[in-house]
Amino acid sequence: MARESLTGSRIRERRSMSGLKQADLARQIGISASYLNLIEHNRRRIGGKLLVNIAQALGVEPSVLTEGAEATLIATLREAAADAEITADETDRADEFAGRFPAWAEVLASAHRRIASLERTVEILSDRLTHDPHLAASVHELLSTAAAIRSTASILAEPGELEREWRDRFHRNLNEDSLRLAESCKALVDYLDESGAAEERRGVPQEELEAFVADHAYHYPALEVAGTPVDSLVQDNATLTTGAARQIATEMLSRYAADARRMPVSRMKEALDRVGFAPLDLCDIFGTDLASVLRRLAAMPADVLPDPVGLVVCDAAGSLLFRKPVDGFAVPRFGATCPLWPLFSALSRPLTPLRRALTQEGRGAAVFDTFAIAQPVGSRDFNRDPLFQATMLVRRIPGGQADGQPEPVGSTCRVCPRSGCPARREPSILSEGF
Amino acid sequence: MSRHVLLIEDEPNIIEAIRFLLSRDGWRVDTHADGRDAVDVIRRVSPDLVILDMMLPGKSGMDILSDLRALSDYHSLPVLMLTARGQSRDRDMAERAGVSRFMTKPFSNAEVLSAVRDLVAEVPDP
Repeated sequence: MARESLTGSRIRERRSMSGLKQADLARQIGISASYLNLIEHNRRRIGGKLLVNIAQALGVEPSVLTEGAEATLIATLREAAADAEITADETDRADEFAGRFPAWAEVLASAHRRIASLERTVEILSDRLTHDPHLAASVHELLSTAAAIRSTASILAEPGELEREWRDRFHRNLNEDSLRLAESCKALVDYLDESGAAEERRGVPQEELEAFVADHAYHYPALEVAGTPVDSLVQDNATLTTGAARQIATEMLSRYAADARRMPVSRMKEALDRVGFAPLDLCDIFGTDLASVLRRLAAMPADVLPDPVGLVVCDAAGSLLFRKPVDGFAVPRFGATCPLWPLFSALSRPLTPLRRALTQEGRGAAVFDTFAIAQPVGSRDFNRDPLFQATMLVRRIPGGQADGQPEPVGSTCRVCPRSGCPARREPSILSEGF
Repeated sequence: MSRHVLLIEDEPNIIEAIRFLLSRDGWRVDTHADGRDAVDVIRRVSPDLVILDMMLPGKSGMDILSDLRALSDYHSLPVLMLTARGQSRDRDMAERAGVSRFMTKPFSNAEVLSAVRDLVAEVPDP
C-alpha cells in the first residue's frame, strides 16, 4: 500500500489521539460518519479542502496527515529491515506497517535508533582502548624490552662457550633492558593508577570535587576572610558540572570556612611555631577536635607549612570522601585502598587518636607520620547510633627517621608488591602481570 | 655466497640479539632503524628476506609493507613482521598488506630462526 494512500490511517490515529469520536469529527467537517469511516480505512482518496478541514479540526498541519514525520519513521524502519536482512517484499511494506500500526512502528524505530547509538558507543570505547596512545606506547615499550631480554637471555643460556666480547655485551644489554623494563612497568602502573583526564572526570561528582580542590591547591584565600559566601566559589565553576558535585563542594567548603574561623592562618602559624607539628596540642590551643585540626593542617599554605601533607577522609563504609595525595604516598583514585591504613583502624576505635609511622611498599623508602581519628558526624539524637567518619593526615617524616620501625602498607592491592599480606583482596599486577 | 637478511628494527638490543643469532646461522645481516626511507633501503640492498618491525620511527611497518608490495619487483620478497600488537585485527591487516609471516613480541630465538629459514626456502628460484 503506497504511503499517500495511508492518509486515512493517519487521520484515524490522530482522531483517536485527540479523543474525538468518528461521528463528532464528521459533524465538525460536515460529512457523514460513514463517509469518514471509508476515508479512515483508506477506501476513499482524500485531498483538497476536505483534507484541510480535517487537519484543522485535528489541530495539525495537512502535511502531517499526508506525509509528516512518517517519512523519517519509514526511513528508519527500512534501515532496521535492511540490518535484519528482511526480504525486499517485506521491506516494501514498511509504509503499510507505519500506517496501520504507527505506535508499534515508532517503538521499533526507537529501538533501532537506540541500538545504533549503543553500537556507536561501544565502537568508540573499543577504539579508545585500542588506540589510547599512551597505553599503546607503554605496552609496545614493555613488549619490545621483554623481546630483547628474552632473545638475549636465550643466547646466554645456550650450552657451549660464547666469545667473551659477545657475552659481556649481552650481559650489559640484559642489565640495561631489565632496568628499562622496571621503569616501563612502573610508568604503566602509575598511568593506570592515576589516569583520569578531565573528560573522564566530567559528570562524576567525587572526581569533579577532587579536581576542584586540586585546582585551588587545597587552600581558599577567600574563605579565610570571615563572611565570604561559600556559594560564590561554587556557582559557575567550570569544573563542577553537576548539581551533586556542587552540593558536595558546598558542604566541604562550609566545613573549611568553619575550620578557618576557629583556626585562622595567622594564629595557626603562631601555634605551629610554638608547639611544632603537634596536632593534639593544637586541639588544646584552639579548643577544637582532632579531625578539624587535621583538616586545617592539610589546608595550610606553603608559607605556613612548607612540607606538604596529605589528607584522606572516609565514611564508615570505607568509601573515600576526600583525598589530598602527598608525594610518595599514593592514594588510589579507583578501587579500594589498603585496609592496613590507620584510617580504617580508627573506625574500629572511635574517638581514639592514632599515630603511626608508615612506609608504602613499592613506592620507595619514604617514611610517613600518620595521624588518624574517627569522629561522629551529623546531629545527635537520643537512641540513634552516631555516624562516623575517619580522617587521616599523612606527613613525610623529615629525614625519613621514625621513632620505631615503620609499618609497611600499600596503596591498593592491584599495585602492591607485598607478598603474604593477610589483607590482600586480589593479586598484584606487579607480580602476576609482568 | 651467504643468504642476506635486512632487519628493520629500532630497538638496539633486539637488533644485536637477532644479528648475532642469524650471523651465527650463516646469514649476512644488514640493519636499518628508520621507517621513512626503509623502502629505499630495501631496494638498494636487495635482501633475500626482510624482518620488519611494525612500529618504527617515521613510518609504520604496515605502510612500508604496503608500499613495498605496490612495487612489481617486490611482490614475493619474504617479509617477516615483528610486532608488539598481536590483535587479530593487526594480523588481518598485515596479511591483507601481503606479509609472509607475522610474529608477536616477545618471540623466541628458535621461532625467528625457523621462520627465516622457512620463508627463504619457500621462495621459488627465479
